[in-house]
Amino acid sequence: MTVPGADAGPATSVRVVLPAHLKNLAKVHGEVVVAVACPVLTQRAVLDALEARFPVLCGTIRDRATGRRRAFIRFYACEQDLSNESPDAPLPDAVAAAVVAGTEPFLVVGAMAGG
Amino acid sequence: MTQVRVLAGTRKGAFVLTSDGKRDKWSVTGPHFGGWEVYHMKGSPADPNRLYASQNTGWFGQLIQRSDDGGATWQPVGNDFSYVGDPGTHMYYDGTPRPWEFKRIWHLEPSPTDPDTVYAGAEDAALFKSTDGGGTWSELTGLRLQESAPSWGPGAGGLCVHTVILQGSRMFVAISAAGTFRSDDEGATWRPVNRGLHSEGIPDEDAEVGHCVHHVEAHPTRPDTLFMQKHWDVMRSDDGGLSWTEVSGNLPTDFGFPIGVHAHEPETVYVVPITSDSLHYPPDGQLRVWRSRSGGNEWEPLTRGLPQQDCYVNVYRDAMSVDTLDDCGIYFGTTGGQVYASADSGDSWAPIVRDLPAVLSVEVQVLP
Repeated sequence: MTVPGADAGPATSVRVVLPAHLKNLAKVHGEVVVAVACPVLTQRAVLDALEARFPVLCGTIRDRATGRRRAFIRFYACEQDLSNESPDAPLPDAVAAAVVAGTEPFLVVGAMAGG
Repeated sequence: MTQVRVLAGTRKGAFVLTSDGKRDKWSVTGPHFGGWEVYHMKGSPADPNRLYASQNTGWFGQLIQRSDDGGATWQPVGNDFSYVGDPGTHMYYDGTPRPWEFKRIWHLEPSPTDPDTVYAGAEDAALFKSTDGGGTWSELTGLRLQESAPSWGPGAGGLCVHTVILQGSRMFVAISAAGTFRSDDEGATWRPVNRGLHSEGIPDEDAEVGHCVHHVEAHPTRPDTLFMQKHWDVMRSDDGGLSWTEVSGNLPTDFGFPIGVHAHEPETVYVVPITSDSLHYPPDGQLRVWRSRSGGNEWEPLTRGLPQQDCYVNVYRDAMSVDTLDDCGIYFGTTGGQVYASADSGDSWAPIVRDLPAVLSVEVQVLP
């Protein structure tokens, strides 16, 4: 889905929910809102915007060397698991619509595991 | 008034333990970075309030934290540990080539003269250097490009640079499970220095590389004398690592991880024998530090104040440290969460804390 006006005007605001450790690292509470300027809403666009606003998160969500999602990180939105989708694939239309409208956040989740 | 500061990295965060010079009453702050593994933290000899900490989890990767006020506050600094160029391959557990892949920082070694300069030992084995207080890191590629590197294989904990010793232009690193390496040109080029090591369990027991060195220490006044706790065997070298001799002597077992050298007696050495490579706890459930006052071979058990029954903890390779007070203080941390201190060179011990997460590293500073 093309982000309305993103290529010609102000960026789209996207709500992002971080896991607790990354909230602490970024020194934020609750959700954060990032400005996504990419004309097509993708995972990469959201994460680039997130890291641009919070550089301390670089390397914590995506591997520094490969740029790929770290193994124990998941991406959810609208109750869908987007983790294994291409980072450059446009978000599904319904997801993108809800995220752009601000009715649903983009969730960065630490995978459930013991320890 | 003299103050002593113990930096304890644990499986679930970092703790700062402080006392006056008597070292009998301690205050504990932390956890810093709660929930994260802190493999190592160490202060700058040139500015004791400058601390560096390696913070890591399997979820979120590697961070480096820096404190400029002795651990009261911290700020994350650079965490870009990129291998230069095509990193090539090393051997994996199954004997196949495996591309070098950064996993974590095991050890941070601040420069003795410049608070902004610090070295970082990495898994997969590589050495990084920062000259801006940890903001940016550059690989000293000579180590990873050492000609034997494609044959290096990981120990059980990974293929890690866990020991970094700085002696001016001369440097030593130790790698599990490759061995000890020496540079005489500030880390530009390296050579293995493992002659005399003998390791059962590798195809050539006297091979130039492939030994699972657990830790190496040197006394500041005796740079040519190195003490090593190998997987099995306690070793010493008196020629800067060119040759090694076994000094396990009468130890009940010579398997273990840490080794320490007394601050004022270069021939006084400490180890914590562990039952075996498959039984990572002390023999007979008795936690004993063993001390040699003769540079090895003749060892005495130190038991006063340490649990002598039903104790089944381990002591990791970076979890022993000595202070520079007179009488010398010895400190070590256990996988059971205890940090023990001796203010009398090991004659007697008392726990500073008993219930931390598993202790991964212990370093101590003496503050004027």
